[in-house]
Amino acid sequence: MASDLQPGAVIDGFTVGECVHRGGMATLWTVTRPDITVPLLMKIPRISEGEDPAAIVSFEMEQMILPRLSGPHVPACFGTGDFARQAYVVIERIPGDTLYKRLPGLPLAYEEARALVTKIALALADLHRQNVIHHDVKPSSIMFRESGEAVLIDYGLSHHNQLPDLLQEEFRVPFGTAPYMAPERLLGVRNDPRSDLFSLGVLLYFFTTGVRPFGETETLRGMRRRLWRDPQPPRRLKADYPPWLQEIVLRCLEIKPVWRYPTAAQLAFDLGHPDQVKLTARSEKLKHDPCSTVLRRRFNRDFSAPRPRADVAAQLAASPIVAVALDTAEGSPALNEALRVTAERILKTLPAARLACINVLKLGRVTIDRTLDEHGHNKHVDRMVQLKHWAQPLQLDESRLTVHVLEAVDPAAAILEFAQANQVDHLIVGARQDSLRRTLLGSVSAKVASEASCTVTVVRPPRLAVQDAVEDGDQSVGPAGVF
Amino acid sequence: MLLAVFADIHANRPAFEACLAAARARKVERMILLGDYVGYGADPEWTVETVMGLVEHGAVAIRGNHDDAVVTASETMNAEAQAAIEWTRGRLSLAQQRFLGQLPMTSEDDDRLFVHSEASGPARWRYVQSTADAARSMIATKAQVTFCGHIHRPALYSMSVTAKMTSFVPTSDVAVQLLRGRQWLAVAGSVGQPRDGNPAAAFLTYDTASRNITYCRVPYDIDAAAQRIRDNGLPPWLADRLAMGR
Repeated sequence: MASDLQPGAVIDGFTVGECVHRGGMATLWTVTRPDITVPLLMKIPRISEGEDPAAIVSFEMEQMILPRLSGPHVPACFGTGDFARQAYVVIERIPGDTLYKRLPGLPLAYEEARALVTKIALALADLHRQNVIHHDVKPSSIMFRESGEAVLIDYGLSHHNQLPDLLQEEFRVPFGTAPYMAPERLLGVRNDPRSDLFSLGVLLYFFTTGVRPFGETETLRGMRRRLWRDPQPPRRLKADYPPWLQEIVLRCLEIKPVWRYPTAAQLAFDLGHPDQVKLTARSEKLKHDPCSTVLRRRFNRDFSAPRPRADVAAQLAASPIVAVALDTAEGSPALNEALRVTAERILKTLPAARLACINVLKLGRVTIDRTLDEHGHNKHVDRMVQLKHWAQPLQLDESRLTVHVLEAVDPAAAILEFAQANQVDHLIVGARQDSLRRTLLGSVSAKVASEASCTVTVVRPPRLAVQDAVEDGDQSVGPAGVF
Repeated sequence: MLLAVFADIHANRPAFEACLAAARARKVERMILLGDYVGYGADPEWTVETVMGLVEHGAVAIRGNHDDAVVTASETMNAEAQAAIEWTRGRLSLAQQRFLGQLPMTSEDDDRLFVHSEASGPARWRYVQSTADAARSMIATKAQVTFCGHIHRPALYSMSVTAKMTSFVPTSDVAVQLLRGRQWLAVAGSVGQPRDGNPAAAFLTYDTASRNITYCRVPYDIDAAAQRIRDNGLPPWLADRLAMGR
């Protein structure tokens, strides 16, 4: 069917241009339609006789998934056609090359790789939020927009949590790209979003060392080794490998999904704040695990035992990034305590949640700010100490807690920007109590609550309702309002 | 054309009323009724009367095993179901019983097949509980899309041209396009006695043009339906199970 296609043909209003790619599964053609201004690509599956049936199923998955995706991290979809006439999908043509073109230049500088993989992790977080697990994260599936965002292409192997999985029974061996495939995929697990984090870990390892952590084996036997054999720690290959980077890479490459990052957003968070990565034994490893551990893994059946069904949405919901904005300078002790109680309640119910404590060091609009206060202390460091002190009673594992001092003229804007950049799911802010100050300075919590794209909880200290209500003339607002 | 498919109403008036209202709100153009209008619930006369009215206005109605049991007394059932059948028989008018007695076992429309249990033996009342059951049904028909009920648990199966099966538990209110090139078996949940752990009444819609299927859940007054069952002296478990959705 695909070979019959000629430039100039018209399919459902799309005029076919030139063939730009002939792959094993599909051919890609440029197309145009008068009412669409963005450059377009038509993807046509290879389905003539003797072709791999995988091409059909992969095409069907793309046909179902692509029209449902939105946002900057996916190619926009402009139409699909089914096998009744001409099977195709028309998607936005992303200019430029895939990351595959970067392979000859590996390894990359650590900072460049960090920035690159952060963008991919953000794209994955966005995809997972749309209930899709990509299942083929590798350099040739990743492109970048001119505006900088990573775009994930090729959804032929993907799993959508709210759609039938047509690849469920299709293949006896797991289908995908061997060097990047997560170990649980070899056991037939297709509904764990952390499989994508493993693949991204492989990519990060490869891009920073120039070596693939599990080699290039394509045999099932060779692939199965990753069920018990961990890769060489990058520091063994490169003496200058930063411990924080090794921590991140090896956490992504954990054999059991539960030991990896719980979400792509949390991985992006660590990549965005290397100085705050909690270093564990992983960061110092110079050898891979001893034989005894490997043998235990190999003959331990717990991994292969059936697991409860993991739901993409449920997993994301259970692992949010929670940020609490604290006013350590002017906030009352009662308010700070109330904030801690609220944060504690949320974190207790969600063991995989992490907490980012933020404080805004307010800059004057016109004055030149000094880093040191009147006693010669560094204000920035002082605030960090205060944030850690506030969080101490929560007794959070260091891997779940980070502290951030933001310097800004407008505290509300700084909090909103932090939440946006770090994929924060839930913001907790205190309401300014002093009504005169609130009148003069405006309410930070009100601005944050009205403009944030995530859930916001506004906290007020407990008070004697009757007495305060008379003073404030405000009876409608309870101790805490959830927006 | 937008179809609404209702299965296993089981004389539950509040549930059926809620589903009909929800379907009309979605601008459904044609109603498909997959059988088991009676049994278990306390409003068989109203339910059959309503179904007869819908059929007069172009609805398709198929026979279910409970409808069959009321008019033929042939099927063996568990004690509670049997008690409900005998009670029901005493409630229905002759005209209503005649209506149930002339209902077809299957109905076909374009590339669609409607049947109560499954396509390989519509009168054998076997349940579709696995991909193997679903495959047996799909192999037995040329229809691209089969709609059935009977099991009281929503599911969606597909079979590729190479006979590879997929099974899927649908998410409410998320449309799934039934791709051409493979066969589909859409198992509707139950209107009047859901058994998938979700007590809300179930039905589905199917758009014949876009081939989008959407499974819907509708809250209804369960207490009222349960009270009607108790008031009529039917087995209490039939009332209790409604709130549990099993």
